[in-house]
Amino acid sequence: MSIELLIEQSVNGLQLGLTLYLLAAGLTLIFGVMGILNLAHGSMYMVGAYAAAAIAAKTGSFVAATAGGAAAAGLFGLLVEFVIVRRLYHREHLDQVLATFGVILFTNEAIAMLFGRSPLFMPTPQWAAGQIEIFPGVPYPQYRIFVMAAGIVIAVLLWQLITRSRLGMQIRAGATHRDMVGALGVNIARLYTVVFGVGALLCGVAGALIGPVRSVQIGMGEDVLILTFVVVVIGGIGSLKGAFAGAMVVGIIDTLSRAVAGPAIKAWIGGPTGDSLAAGLSSIMVYLVMALVLVIRPTGLFPATGNRVSHAGH
Amino acid sequence: MSQKFSTACPLSATQQPHPAAHYRPSRTAQWAIVGLICGGLLSALPAAAQVKIGFITTLSTPAGYLGQDARDGFMLAIDEEKGRLGGVPVQLIVEDDKLQPAAGKQIAEKFLQSDKIRLFSGLIFSNVAAAVVPDLLAANAIFVSPNAAPSNFAGKGCHRNYFVASWQNDSLHAASGALAQSLGYKRMVLLAPNYQAGKDAINGFKTKYKGSVVEEIYTNLNSTDFAAEMARIRQLKPDAVYQFHPGGSGIAFIKQYSQAGLKATIPLVVPMPGLESRILGAVGEDAVGVIATSHWNGDFENPVSKAFVEGFRSKYNREPTPYAAQGYDAARLIGAALKATGGKVEDTEKFRAAMLKADAKLTRGNFRFGQNQHPVHDWYQVSAVKGSDGKLSLKTGVKVLTNEGDPYAQECKM
Repeated sequence: MSIELLIEQSVNGLQLGLTLYLLAAGLTLIFGVMGILNLAHGSMYMVGAYAAAAIAAKTGSFVAATAGGAAAAGLFGLLVEFVIVRRLYHREHLDQVLATFGVILFTNEAIAMLFGRSPLFMPTPQWAAGQIEIFPGVPYPQYRIFVMAAGIVIAVLLWQLITRSRLGMQIRAGATHRDMVGALGVNIARLYTVVFGVGALLCGVAGALIGPVRSVQIGMGEDVLILTFVVVVIGGIGSLKGAFAGAMVVGIIDTLSRAVAGPAIKAWIGGPTGDSLAAGLSSIMVYLVMALVLVIRPTGLFPATGNRVSHAGH
Repeated sequence: MSQKFSTACPLSATQQPHPAAHYRPSRTAQWAIVGLICGGLLSALPAAAQVKIGFITTLSTPAGYLGQDARDGFMLAIDEEKGRLGGVPVQLIVEDDKLQPAAGKQIAEKFLQSDKIRLFSGLIFSNVAAAVVPDLLAANAIFVSPNAAPSNFAGKGCHRNYFVASWQNDSLHAASGALAQSLGYKRMVLLAPNYQAGKDAINGFKTKYKGSVVEEIYTNLNSTDFAAEMARIRQLKPDAVYQFHPGGSGIAFIKQYSQAGLKATIPLVVPMPGLESRILGAVGEDAVGVIATSHWNGDFENPVSKAFVEGFRSKYNREPTPYAAQGYDAARLIGAALKATGGKVEDTEKFRAAMLKADAKLTRGNFRFGQNQHPVHDWYQVSAVKGSDGKLSLKTGVKVLTNEGDPYAQECKM
């Protein structure tokens, strides 16, 4: 394998990681701060993508589509929090799983009724339709570079919000010392609503940005949900730093196992057995890494410190 | 519950199916609806005995549009004859198998036992068909597939009561292989998901493609990010690429292939399910230039197809896919057999003899049943093009294969 290809594939891995981060950041905050296991996280992503595709079809504006997708997902998140999740804070994880699984089914059918079952069209913005040479002889899609840039900007903004702002301080404190934060007079219920809304908003941004690259269709959220959970588990539940590290690890390992390990195994073993083994190994690689991380560091790479789970059963 | 709903009055055969037809209302609401609609329609019903047709299909899940189109195409044929097929009054009873083999089996049992249905259609997916079809055949019912056609019922496992109105799975990919061969591509990269249908796709393609296969790449099932594969394709520099990824994966693949700038230099060949009107709508301009093979396309010039496209557009206000045409063709074939037998489905041998004549005008034109009761028909090149008005459409090109059956036909002894 040439060095150019290796670089290109590494960039592909970073790009996948950055998109996963947008999803994992919200998931890890919601679980870390609120103790809510939210299976419907992927539904927020789908709502964002559908809203963005619908707005893009009406206005033709990519900026409006992304903003609209983020807003729609955020509002949907607030609605779900207000109607359903709010009742689950003091329930067990199993109840949370059941209820949020119900939200998945509900959202899928609601989208089917509103938009039909055909996948929607979401155009690549004209200004990012071409390719740029990131290396001599290695053209790379402009749009993917834009998605990476957007991912980095959002990651930095989110980091600033969490580490520098008062709200961020409350969120961090909520993740580690929930009872103390409440005792100090912070409105925990409002904090939870905000966190859930922010998580959904990030999903919406991810959905809108991913729309032009993948397929805007019912069930698209479930496809990414498992990988997002893997990211959160590898990174350490409740930690934004962990989510970022986990997303990068998963993105790069997933891409390189498809790009490097797969062909190597094929060349080594060959034939149909080699094909199956290569494909099989690349699909389980991230899970193997997750298992390894859990063995070595059961709380993840960057665990949120504190008594995060102590509230269960209040 | 819903079977009573269906048998109490021929709602589905006389009413345009509602997009949400499979959402079941509450018990009381159902009876209220039954009462209301039957009350209004009873006087208009034909007196003759109706033949019930059980339509077990996939209406939900992301792939639900396949079943919806097959159903709507089937319904259109019934509507054109005002509730009849081949002059025989029919009642179509539709249920959603949710793409779950177990759910399909349950519906089949109910249709067979409670509704006493002898004639079936609707199945879309091979895995559901594999579970449902043996039950239907064991009960000596007749099944005419509008889509699903796995290899296990095409060769040694063929059956006198089992007909396919669509295409045998392998022949879909063999046709694309024949196209790639005729276009003179010497070196190709083939991609498919790492599961049985993906391997069948690549093997089917290779039965007609004789050039060199530079690499076979098996992707993760349901993956939607192909950046790594794009980089490998660029490195391998093939003459052309063949890829089969169902549904959303396929949409993502074509978009990313175009965004990576590969489409301009390396032609992309896909089978029909990778490029029909719905996929084209979702992929948009990125699909222009992609080549497929199909047994039917919306621009076919024959009068049956033209009337079908027009009827479908005006009734459902959307473009028909090949799945819709297959549903329509299945209904037409059933209609011809009903006509010849006077609607006597119970005498399966007579019905079978009538079916085998395929004495019906179909949307795809040339059609007959092979010895395994699967289609022998023609395959065409279909390309996504951008018209002078800026609209995208699928344009039929040259005929790729004539009177083409499938590789399993000769293994079938009846």
